[in-house]
Amino acid sequence: MSPVLSVENLRVAIGSREIVQGLSFAVEPEATLGIVGESGSGKSMTVLAATGLLDAPGARVTGSSVLTPEGAGPLELVGARRSALRRVHGDKIGFVFQDPTTSLNPLLTLERQITESLEAHRSLTRRAAASRALELLEAVGLPEPEQRLQSYPHQLSGGQRQRVMIAIALACDPALLVADEPTTALDVTTQAQIIELVRTLQRERGTAVVWISHDLGVIGQVADDVLVLQEGRPLEHRGVVELMDEPRHPYTRELLAARPRLGASTPPAATDDGEVLLSVRDLDVRFSVTSAAGRSIVHAVDGVSFDVRRGQTLGIVGESGSGKSTIANVLTGLVRPHGGSAELAGEDVLHRASHDLRRRIAMVFQDPFSSLDPRMRAGESIAEPLRVHRLPSDGRPRDERVAELLELVDLPAAFAQRYPHELSGGQRQRVSIARALALEPELVILDESTASLDVSIQARVLDLLRRLQSELSLTFVFIAHDLAIVQQMSHDVLVMQRGQTAEHAAAADLFADPQQDYTRRLLAAIPPDRPRRAVG
Amino acid sequence: MTEPRDEIVADEHGAGVAPTDEAARMTPFRLLASNPLTVVSALVLAVVVLLAIAAPWVAPYGINAVDVANALQPPSASHWFGTDDLGRDVFSRVIVAARVSLQVAVVSVTFALLVGVLIGVVSGYVGGLLDVVLMRVVDVMFAFPVLLLALAIVAILQPGMATTMLAIGIVYTPIFARVARASTLSVRHEPYVQVSRTMGTPTTTILRTHVLPNISGPLIVQTSLSLAFAILSEAALSFLGLGIQPPAPSWGGMLFSAQGFLGQAWWMSVFPGVAIFVTVLAFNLLGDGLRDVLDPKQRTLIESRSRR
Amino acid sequence: MRVAPRQLVVFLGRRLLYSAVVLLGVLVLVFALVQVVPGDPIRLALGTRYTEEAYQALLAASGLDRPLVEQFFSYLGHALTGDLGVSFRSGEPVTALLLQRLPATLSLAVVGLVIALVISIPAGIWSALHEGRLSDAIIRVTSQFGVSVPDFWMGMLLILLFSTTWVLLPSSGYVALSDDGAQWARRVLLPGLTVGLVAGAIMTRYIRSAVLEVASMSYVRTARSKGLSSGIVVRRHILRNALVPVLTIAGIQFATILGGVIVVEVVFAWPGLGRLVYESVAARDYSMIQGSVLLIAAMFLLVNLIVDVLYAVVDPRIRLS
Repeated sequence: MSPVLSVENLRVAIGSREIVQGLSFAVEPEATLGIVGESGSGKSMTVLAATGLLDAPGARVTGSSVLTPEGAGPLELVGARRSALRRVHGDKIGFVFQDPTTSLNPLLTLERQITESLEAHRSLTRRAAASRALELLEAVGLPEPEQRLQSYPHQLSGGQRQRVMIAIALACDPALLVADEPTTALDVTTQAQIIELVRTLQRERGTAVVWISHDLGVIGQVADDVLVLQEGRPLEHRGVVELMDEPRHPYTRELLAARPRLGASTPPAATDDGEVLLSVRDLDVRFSVTSAAGRSIVHAVDGVSFDVRRGQTLGIVGESGSGKSTIANVLTGLVRPHGGSAELAGEDVLHRASHDLRRRIAMVFQDPFSSLDPRMRAGESIAEPLRVHRLPSDGRPRDERVAELLELVDLPAAFAQRYPHELSGGQRQRVSIARALALEPELVILDESTASLDVSIQARVLDLLRRLQSELSLTFVFIAHDLAIVQQMSHDVLVMQRGQTAEHAAAADLFADPQQDYTRRLLAAIPPDRPRRAVG
Repeated sequence: MTEPRDEIVADEHGAGVAPTDEAARMTPFRLLASNPLTVVSALVLAVVVLLAIAAPWVAPYGINAVDVANALQPPSASHWFGTDDLGRDVFSRVIVAARVSLQVAVVSVTFALLVGVLIGVVSGYVGGLLDVVLMRVVDVMFAFPVLLLALAIVAILQPGMATTMLAIGIVYTPIFARVARASTLSVRHEPYVQVSRTMGTPTTTILRTHVLPNISGPLIVQTSLSLAFAILSEAALSFLGLGIQPPAPSWGGMLFSAQGFLGQAWWMSVFPGVAIFVTVLAFNLLGDGLRDVLDPKQRTLIESRSRR
Repeated sequence: MRVAPRQLVVFLGRRLLYSAVVLLGVLVLVFALVQVVPGDPIRLALGTRYTEEAYQALLAASGLDRPLVEQFFSYLGHALTGDLGVSFRSGEPVTALLLQRLPATLSLAVVGLVIALVISIPAGIWSALHEGRLSDAIIRVTSQFGVSVPDFWMGMLLILLFSTTWVLLPSSGYVALSDDGAQWARRVLLPGLTVGLVAGAIMTRYIRSAVLEVASMSYVRTARSKGLSSGIVVRRHILRNALVPVLTIAGIQFATILGGVIVVEVVFAWPGLGRLVYESVAARDYSMIQGSVLLIAAMFLLVNLIVDVLYAVVDPRIRLS
């Protein structure tokens, strides 16, 4: 079979910087090419440049990218005229982008957004286009498609919006579908559904797919061939099974080793005889939400109870909106609960928490870019809790303590002088951890603390956290959406769904024998270890 | 793309691994200096300020040196900007009026900045009922056109320089309150402020160490733009005879008296007007340049452009 | 368009309530104006015309001798029924004097707004869609010039050019639209231009950044990825979404227009509310000042309430949820 898209020696430069450095690949009908890389690898830019949709100011694209749709002559897309590209976009090539919340026009009905390309490319009448739109909404599995035609994007959930994006992309039966991190912003169960949907539609229509992702697990589920990118350079380009079974390039090996996998490692089993450090009972949190159309009450946490024993980790896992972060905010005093109790070694955490109590609970947030004040040097940030609590009390200089803390998180003491923008994401997160440890807390709450890091960095930070826990006998509340990471880190696991406890058990039991349907669904949605092609 | 990436293969934190992108990051000052419009407007403002300070010594004639014999003379070597209906030298009056204008603008904007930032930061950080009440008060103030509010204040007090300063100061306070509140709200939800709260940091300390430094960018921009508008407002009030009182020279007042001589003495209306225009334009352009540098979203844009 | 009435009613109800709260605040402020005058406002207003009888008569008419709370509720009650008291100067009813001046100011404000919109909408959109090009630079610099020009000086220059140098248009005076349309147009043109050019310059800058922001949104990329013509992308996806911020800008800038009207009316001897404010401040006619300030603020609030209603028409997120 001849390839639908054939790319030779593609290069993209902005100014003197070459962002994509000579890539070649091809995709055949009904096949999927997965492009993998960490942030800054140039994977999105590669595909946008190859398909002529790149609009970065000042970008220069060279090389060749030939589109050969069935029943039409080949067309060179690099350097093609805008009018030629417009005829191809939406007709021969469909696109699905990462963030479904912002990818749809908020002011147009779904019908209008789907029929647009049909009218542009197929000159269908309004009525014919509308009935085609209905077919498409049925095909992507949107419930009540007839009513949904007249809906607006804000009336749909994230997963539904991504289904609509897919309907738009497939409206004209394109030969090629470009999916740029289409499931990254979605919950794991929704991700699994979208992967299945794209596979089914692809098989029905013989569409070639280029699927971009940072997640090797997802790529394993969708791809036939994989191209691994690092800083705009191709490292490895092979069949998915060969690549995953026998990675040749050390970077590929590292990516494979670093990706969180279920059952990869678990902490020692929880012991029931340890002293209970944190005890939470019937926690209840409500928010009142004001929107343009009035006020409503959101029950963010609804009757959640748990204990955390000293020196152990409780993992709290759930999808977005499950209320897991709200628990962290309540324990650290950022949010006032509606009811319930929480005690740290017998002392009330929720009401009239003393200044001293704030010393004993520390928190590390998700986003390494915004958890450090951009105007403070790393050393000042680490010293901030010391300043607030007038420590060290023995009159030692604070700098000494800061250097100690930096050493603890494996950073050189000289980093105290750097500003956050002079640090990488992983380094920033280490500084955040050092700051959290400055007051020698008993309990550290980690709210998605590694979620925005690249996998290789994430693995190192997780190692650091485990080491710190055993060295300093810390107690963790580890909040994450990624079950594999929670399994690696936790002794006990609390699964949350819509503010309530779905399941609460020792990690070993929960993963071996989940009792609740919801937990089983979550586990089933995780992309399996082996690529789908290897399984059959 | 200006964010540094983690060293992917070997995560070694050698002292010299500052990512190259960051090394190329420009300091705010150099970014400002790379915009010719900003540099020119800063230079123009420097000249205006110097002239205003040195006005009493630079002015070739007394501001109220009446010389009826030489009334309504067109510009010449002895009277660069001509003379007015009383034979006074327009050039001397224009540069002395610059002093008054700048003085009023600086004092009133400083007042608006201090009061507005206090209201805005407290409102944005404390939130709740206090925020609602303060912001409704600000909304009420916004329902009046600037000049109308200033006029109402002048109507209460006696017209004069102090009243003008107070009126303009009050009128521009709500703008600073809104800018400060909006910036405070966004900073307040930044994780670094949340972390600081979880440590038990007192609110005043958070405001001082985290909030104020991080909202200074938009406030500096607003200050520059407000100086421009304050000069315009003072000129309008003086034009209406309700600002700086004659015989003290003011650009607005000079334009008012020029009205009767539009056909006979164009220079009486052109030069004071140009003085206002140039000064205000310079403040506006400076404010624009500052916004490009101090607004981080804009900043990456300029940096990416200048590297092309 | 299917409309869910409940959401719409809730939204509009909230906006109406909000406007009422702000209007109440305006009323309090306007009421307080006379109260905070240092000295005796009636004596100040009477000035050289002071006689004991005139003083007593005005005091009784204004009600300033009554207790403060009673005065306020009386003022509130009367103001809401359209009775704004009598002028300290002439003794005539304030409301009647205001209504007499209103048509002139409305002519000027509406013409100014139209000119401002006609200039700023195309200029702002063009500038944003051609970001970084020469035409964008020209529009940006020109609008910066417009923002920096004092409006009264621009008025004087226009008179100097079009009335004094070339005698094309009258420099002053107002003729009611209902009396003579052609004369009205000739006379409203220069002051209208003055108001409109300055407001248009400000609005151009805001519209440019509003359009730029929408153009960078992800859904515009989606639209482009459908292979739509650039005309459709701009009209259907960029401009439609930019309409909401543009409406907001137009509503807020109506205050600039009303403010500009005050000085411009003085320059062009235009018998409107602006001149009335000015004359009343000079004459310390406090009840007149109160009345005209209140009316202008109310006009601003009304325009912004209309903008709120338009939001609901444009944006389905407000209409439905």
